[in-house]
Amino acid sequence: MDFLTLIQLLDSTVRLATPLLLACLAGLFSERAGIFDIGLEGKMLAAAFFSAAIAALTGSVWIGLLAGITASMLFSLLHGLASITFRGNQLISGVAINFLAAGLTVLIAQDWFSQGGRTPSLMGGARFEPITLPFAEAFGSVPFIGPIYQELISGHSILVYLAFAMVPLTWWILFRTRFGLRLRAVGENPAAVDTAGVSVVGLRYAAVMICGVLCGIAGAYLSTALQAGFVKDMSAGRGFIALAALIFAKWRPWYALYATLLFGLFGALETRPDVIEALFGIKVQGALLGALPYVMTVIILAGFVGKAIPPRAGGEPYVKER
Amino acid sequence: MSGSDTSGRQETAAPAIELQGISKAFGPVQANKDISIRVMPGTIHGIIGENGAGKSTLMSILYGFYKADKGEIFIAGQKTDIPDSQAAIAAGIGMVFQHFKLVENFTVLENIILGAEDGGLLTPSLAKARKTLLELEHEYGLNVDPDAVIEELGVGMQQRVEILKALYRQADILILDEPTGVLTPAEADQLFRILDRLREEGKTIILITHKLREIMEATDTVSVMRRGEMTATVKTKDTSPAELAELMVGRKVLLRVDKKPAVPGDVVLDIKNLHVVDDKGVERLKGIDLQVRAGEIVGIAGVAGNGQSELLEVLGGYADATGEIRVNGQPLDLSGKHSDGRSRRARGIAHVPEDRQREGLIMDFSAWENTAFGYHRDPDYQSGVLLNNAAIRADTEAKMERFDVRPPNPGLAAKNFSGGNQQKIVLAREIERNPDLLLVGQPTRGVDIGAIEFIHQQIVALRDKGKAVLLVSVELEEILALADRVAVMFDGHIMGERMSAETDEKELGLLMAGVGN
Repeated sequence: MDFLTLIQLLDSTVRLATPLLLACLAGLFSERAGIFDIGLEGKMLAAAFFSAAIAALTGSVWIGLLAGITASMLFSLLHGLASITFRGNQLISGVAINFLAAGLTVLIAQDWFSQGGRTPSLMGGARFEPITLPFAEAFGSVPFIGPIYQELISGHSILVYLAFAMVPLTWWILFRTRFGLRLRAVGENPAAVDTAGVSVVGLRYAAVMICGVLCGIAGAYLSTALQAGFVKDMSAGRGFIALAALIFAKWRPWYALYATLLFGLFGALETRPDVIEALFGIKVQGALLGALPYVMTVIILAGFVGKAIPPRAGGEPYVKER
Repeated sequence: MSGSDTSGRQETAAPAIELQGISKAFGPVQANKDISIRVMPGTIHGIIGENGAGKSTLMSILYGFYKADKGEIFIAGQKTDIPDSQAAIAAGIGMVFQHFKLVENFTVLENIILGAEDGGLLTPSLAKARKTLLELEHEYGLNVDPDAVIEELGVGMQQRVEILKALYRQADILILDEPTGVLTPAEADQLFRILDRLREEGKTIILITHKLREIMEATDTVSVMRRGEMTATVKTKDTSPAELAELMVGRKVLLRVDKKPAVPGDVVLDIKNLHVVDDKGVERLKGIDLQVRAGEIVGIAGVAGNGQSELLEVLGGYADATGEIRVNGQPLDLSGKHSDGRSRRARGIAHVPEDRQREGLIMDFSAWENTAFGYHRDPDYQSGVLLNNAAIRADTEAKMERFDVRPPNPGLAAKNFSGGNQQKIVLAREIERNPDLLLVGQPTRGVDIGAIEFIHQQIVALRDKGKAVLLVSVELEEILALADRVAVMFDGHIMGERMSAETDEKELGLLMAGVGN
């Protein structure tokens, strides 16, 4: 495998890791506050559709992005209502959101565009174009560093940079701000937060809404940056892989970056079986690579690679006791 | 927070807290009925009552968890509305709950600032809290490592963090709900010293408990609650434990266990060189030798976590061990396939586990289902391949009758009984099987005083029938009252054995602390 192939592989890793990273951080906010969210998938899907649809209709990807985020936040609100206000089962609410999104997106797409549940292909301003970073061309000829800068670091859409910037930002919010302290506390022991005179409900809604925003961006990235338009079920299980990555990352922002990059690499390899064949001399089924994130999560959960301890109050509706 | 400010308040002599006609109902249940109380600043005021008497409801109203249906609250003479915890904190009320409200994987400092941060960023808040903590430590002698993680601290220290949390929020009134339930005698003494110090600095303290001894030792005045009503408020020095107990229960209560001297017979339980290593590879029992004879109660005293639980688990058949245990002369299987609860029961060992809610009962299951557990293979309970539910129900009903379980309804889920009645359900299930050896862990933890008397009587009655009883309790008082012989455990060893008639709390306390003979 030559250097350029490696760069291409890593470039594709970054692009595939981006939606996973955004969704993983979305889940991180929610679960750190004690609300389990298996509806990441549905929210991404809804956001992917509405971003593409609105971008197609208005011609502006930014309005599309906003629409995607709004759609995702509405689903978050639904999840919040079910699991915070009405203290329902968080898993069931999440499953419902996934089904709802899967059906709703195709139905509306067919009604609006009559293209078999797709949106029209997005072009020009209706898509996030790659950004060429300054001096990318000039640096390109520098050996080794040049191609890394030009091919790997430069040339992604703004959302990719945003996703990576979210990692330190998330860390900073969680561990350096009052909001972060309270958010972590409410996921560990909501009674402690409540007796300290802070609203458990308010904090959890805030976390769930942040989750909605990030899922919205992840979904928009799928349909307006990674692809050029929405197709049925285009989130393709990424929401679940993001959840796996979240467990893999032990609910920590930096680990989330590493976990999603690793899972992104599996995704990139899935499309390049030739690389594995060249490296190891064996032919590996693409589907096998696709299953790897799940296999690794099972291994993690079985406790082989250190313990992943979820937030202690996760999944439990908070009921005030005397 | 400073002493001068509270002493100023003392001169005006307005009560620190005054409640007037507080009433609160939950549906048909009147939890608090027309309660009035005055607590003067700089005093320790005890509130005593059985479980369900309405103590916790009253304190929850004071801390803004519930809104009273009727009545008024005055703080330092000012009429105050307390709609939520925020308002309670603002009014200078701090609460130390029975179950601590701490974030276990946060540091002490993080727990202290939670909800009382200065501004949006943590670093300055933490720095300020660190400084204030030093001052509080200086002022009240409450030292604790600010960077320790809560789950690594002992319960005594965790409680201290809760007190510091309240003081950091500038509380003048401190409410402690059953604060010694989880503490060792030494830790409890330490707590009372801290409370004394806080009182000297002008703080007002409300101590909620069901332990008469604590009321007598620590408080200036005491209010007694029964069935939602405040039946009396008296000066502690003008009352006696017997009088308080009668006020609590509504009838005369025997505080002492009334029992004849033991007549020990043959050795029933014979433990030799017992070792237990736990999942983490830590040796929990380091060579235990112990005998229990027929017709005697042997009490195991010790601070929680010194191997008592492991001993019960091995005897109950749900932990493996090495060494030798003989029951009625025959060896028990300690790690093979007969090392389980079923085999133990077949050998005449009955077990009332330490944690009845986790090990003794399934809380969502009914009393009759819980009564069948472990004995569900009883031929009387069978009807072909099915369980004979009607027979189990009838049997349960009879047992509930004999053990005075209230309400005597076999269909009611275990969680809907009070702690004392839950314990009676477990006790009835085990004792009524007429075992040769009864294992009892913490028989009266969280049980109210009327039920304690009854439970103690049942255990003594079993002894008097010539059965062997092994009692594990962290309550020294209970051990001394109930056991005929006491063995003290420390760090997986038995530090010493004493006849309970010939020893006292002081001697046992030293053994519990690992100070040898």
